[in-house]
Amino acid sequence: MTSLHRKLFRDLWHLRGQMLAVALVVACGIATWVTMRGAWGAIESAQQDYYTRYRFAGIFAQLKRAPDALARQIALIPGVASVQPRVVVEVNLDVPGLADPAVGRVISIPEHRRPMLNDLFLVEGRYVEPGRPEEVLVSAAFAAANQLGVGKTIGAVINGRWEKLKIVGIALSPEYVYEIRGAEVFPDNRRFGVLWMSREALGPMFNMEGAFNDVSLALAPGASQAGVIERLDTLLAPYGGLGAYDREEQISHRFTSDEIAQDRVTGIFVPAIFLGIAAFLIHIVLSRLIATQRNYIGLLKAFGYSDASVGLHYLEFALVAVLAGTALGIPLGIWLGRGLAGIYQDFFRFPELRFSAGPRILLWAVGISAAAACLGALGGLRSAISLPPAEAMRPESPPRFRRGLAEQFGLERLVSLSGRMILRNLERRPWKAILSALGMACAVAILIIGFYFYDAIDYIVQVEFQTAQRDDVTITFNEPRGTQARHDVGHLVGVLRAEPFRTVPARLRFGPRSRRIGITGLSPDAELRRVVDRQLQVIPIPPDGLLLSSKLAAILGVAPGDAVTVEVLEGSRPVRRVLVAGLADQLIGISAYMDIHGLNRLLREEGSISGANLAVDSAATPALYSLLKQTPSVSGVQVREAMLESFRQTIARSLSMSTMALVAFACVIAGAMVYNGARIALSERGHELASLRVLGFTQGEIAVMLLGEQAFLMLVSLPLGFALGYVICYALTIAMQTELYRMPLVLTPKTYVIAFSVVALASVFTGILIFRRLRRMDLIGVLKTRE
Amino acid sequence: MKGARAQTSPEAVFHVHEVTKVYRMGDVEVHALRGVTLDLLPGEFVVLLGPSGSGKSTLLNILGGLDVPTSGEVYYRDHNLTAAAAEELTRYRREHVGFVFQFYNLIPSLTALENTQLVTDISENPLDAEECLRLVGLAERLHHFPAQLSGGEQQRVAIARAVVKRPEVLLCDEPTGALDYMTGKLVLEILERVNRELRTITVVITHNAAIAAMADRVIHISSGTIASITRNEKKVSPDQISW
Ligand SMILES: Nc1ncnc2c1ncn2[C@@H]1O[C@H](COP(=O)(O)OP(=O)(O)OP(=O)(O)O)[C@@H](O)[C@H]1O
Ligand SMILES: [Mg+2]
Repeated sequence: MTSLHRKLFRDLWHLRGQMLAVALVVACGIATWVTMRGAWGAIESAQQDYYTRYRFAGIFAQLKRAPDALARQIALIPGVASVQPRVVVEVNLDVPGLADPAVGRVISIPEHRRPMLNDLFLVEGRYVEPGRPEEVLVSAAFAAANQLGVGKTIGAVINGRWEKLKIVGIALSPEYVYEIRGAEVFPDNRRFGVLWMSREALGPMFNMEGAFNDVSLALAPGASQAGVIERLDTLLAPYGGLGAYDREEQISHRFTSDEIAQDRVTGIFVPAIFLGIAAFLIHIVLSRLIATQRNYIGLLKAFGYSDASVGLHYLEFALVAVLAGTALGIPLGIWLGRGLAGIYQDFFRFPELRFSAGPRILLWAVGISAAAACLGALGGLRSAISLPPAEAMRPESPPRFRRGLAEQFGLERLVSLSGRMILRNLERRPWKAILSALGMACAVAILIIGFYFYDAIDYIVQVEFQTAQRDDVTITFNEPRGTQARHDVGHLVGVLRAEPFRTVPARLRFGPRSRRIGITGLSPDAELRRVVDRQLQVIPIPPDGLLLSSKLAAILGVAPGDAVTVEVLEGSRPVRRVLVAGLADQLIGISAYMDIHGLNRLLREEGSISGANLAVDSAATPALYSLLKQTPSVSGVQVREAMLESFRQTIARSLSMSTMALVAFACVIAGAMVYNGARIALSERGHELASLRVLGFTQGEIAVMLLGEQAFLMLVSLPLGFALGYVICYALTIAMQTELYRMPLVLTPKTYVIAFSVVALASVFTGILIFRRLRRMDLIGVLKTRE
Repeated sequence: MKGARAQTSPEAVFHVHEVTKVYRMGDVEVHALRGVTLDLLPGEFVVLLGPSGSGKSTLLNILGGLDVPTSGEVYYRDHNLTAAAAEELTRYRREHVGFVFQFYNLIPSLTALENTQLVTDISENPLDAEECLRLVGLAERLHHFPAQLSGGEQQRVAIARAVVKRPEVLLCDEPTGALDYMTGKLVLEILERVNRELRTITVVITHNAAIAAMADRVIHISSGTIASITRNEKKVSPDQISW
């Protein structure tokens, strides 16, 4: 070990507090890098792998009923590699232990297992056996949420009859990585599940022998998706085709891919903040170290050490701190990553989602942290290297102070002497002050972002579940019903108010753009279900024409006053031109609304309805539920409270971990900024503070003079951090404008208060550490030396 | 009067009795003071002389409440400084002691006037800060920062800062050590004037035996003990001293 290395270790030990602070910030940055990159890599490769190995289809279409022979015709469409015709139906389920009804989507599978599109991965149990119509496989998410194991039975209403279904296996499908029912935003795995049943068993139950109502296609390489979709639509139109779509509109794929895309961005953005702060901290620590060791540097150079070896010596400080942080951050990141992967696994069901931080990620981690170290060390090193030995042996010229800006306007009377000391010290190095405040502001902003998600979600709940939806139960019929049904739903047990609605599958076309969508017909005086925009304004249903959500209008490129072509994908499949009467800036999904009577007129039908929103007497709900469970014409029952509850739980689960991590990270940043700022100030002003103690100032008084600087920076950083947090949240709302949801830009005072409190607490805690150092100050020793 | 023991007098402001100070550095013990007994009387000007390492600064620091003796007792009037807690020593320094050091220890971010006001802000019955700076001849330099002042000017600010609170005692550790001849004399003149006009007990450590002539008493310290105390029957004013 050379003597320079001995010095390195002694100095490192001396600066251990500050080095630790740097290392912790680096550790946070590297941990987020490893976590997010690892999770991103894991989920992306899991997705690709799964899709390939289990033959996830490329084109999907639903229809009313077509003979199997049509499937052979579909296979002949140029570019189609394989065709999977299926029967898919939704039934009411009676799940043991669940009072309210659940919906099961039953999908046919070949009686004898053979490779197919959207192939199943058996998690547990076995495939169905031929000749046993009661056997089913259930999706893992549904099984887990309801604690359904192999061997259990569930009840299902099939063709008006109660059937007992026996679970023989738990399965996953690439179609249901994110298992969610069409129109919902968040999965409710307790009340919606996928079941697979043999085609031979399912066909006869729903009058689908030799026929299918759902088809998936795989395309040959190089085939034109749009071309195939067009041909397929033409083939399916006579059979009630609901419009074919590609993976982009496949809901599970859409969600999963949106998530992957978001992870990719945050996985770069968040670590960059931390490493930027780490570089800044290294800069101030190293600059100070080099300033205090001027004489020593001069001596080394006089002894013949080269500029490079002196520079390297100081660079090693930065590298040691940063690499120590990396060494800490990598396992932390892997640990957090495993936790995150666990959460992902609750949402995204892959046969295998293994978080792994591969050598590439780790090498990058070392590389970027070393780069941050070099960046931070740059300024200090330049001065150490360029310092001529003779110059270095002279003491540093004393700091030059000026009267501050405020004082030049004669405002000094307003500021106490210690206040003036604080301000002048800050003004002497404005950039350092600005960057310090920015660093603290980042901590504040990180907290604001963390808690913003809660605000946004509360707001979404308020808009969607409290203002727009005010029913207790929504029921959906398996097919449109006539006027009698209007009457019947009103007289169901416990129903206080019933508001029928009509949903019609259609393709909206405007010029070259088109979109499949369900047009919802609502009564203009509906109270249980209203159209509410993001400003919480209730948008009245126009008597004529369409009311579109702004997002859908943007997708189609239409504005109010434009006429869109509505191709109805049901019944006689009329094609009409309808005026866009208005837009509603909604937070969730994409939708099109019409006056229910207008919709009926459009369809040339006599008051038919697809379902109803109900207000229900809570005392009567058990009776209503058990009635609905056994009503074959009712294919879906949604309970608003239950949906809300499940939504809240899902969110709480997914947000609590990231929030905790963010709070911890923000504390580290705030603590590290205050600690290093104060330690540097203590080193620079130790002499001055000791002489104040000699003059009779108490420890508390000089602590105010020292920490006042940090407190001032923190106060400045608060509004800065609030603004920064707001801007980032704004950017997030722009970035997160997916078709599925838009994040509202709402930040409650509570969020600001939390951000402030956490940062303030972390700062106070750090301040106490510094305060305790002041007690150990050597008054006499300081006075013996010239500053 | 000569002898290792100083006299004890009832009107003394400071009683120092059999004070020892031992520094422990690992296994090595350094006896900085080995039984010092001394009284300081109101208004007197005392010069401490002695070779380097003899314990002068140690004694001064104990008198000023910056350090505590290992054994023995130090009284400032009826305050027992030996038994005082750190907070009491701080208050004692704040209320009664003025320090002047070889290095001026001014606050670099405050102007001359503000450095002085720093002390008036925390004292009960201070002099006027501007007045004090005028007293040390710095009326023209009130708004200069320390970096804009010469060494002698900085030392005069330090003196102004030390006396502005009307301390009972002014403790100066080599106040002229870093100054040239002329400036050193100027500083001594100011110390003499403060002592004369404000009746502040003034203790000055110096390596410059010539300065001893301006003292009421000269205390010679050697190897941690008082070797001798000489009383000057006739004080000489600083402008008559030369070295
Ligand atoms: N903090 C300390 N730790 C250990 N030894 C000390 C300490 N302070 C002083 N000493 C020792 O005590 C002795 C007396 O020191 P002191 O500073 O009082 O001497 P001095 O008379 O003021 O000398 P000088 O004229 O050089 O300033 C010296 O031997 C010194 O080495
Ligand atoms: Mg000394």
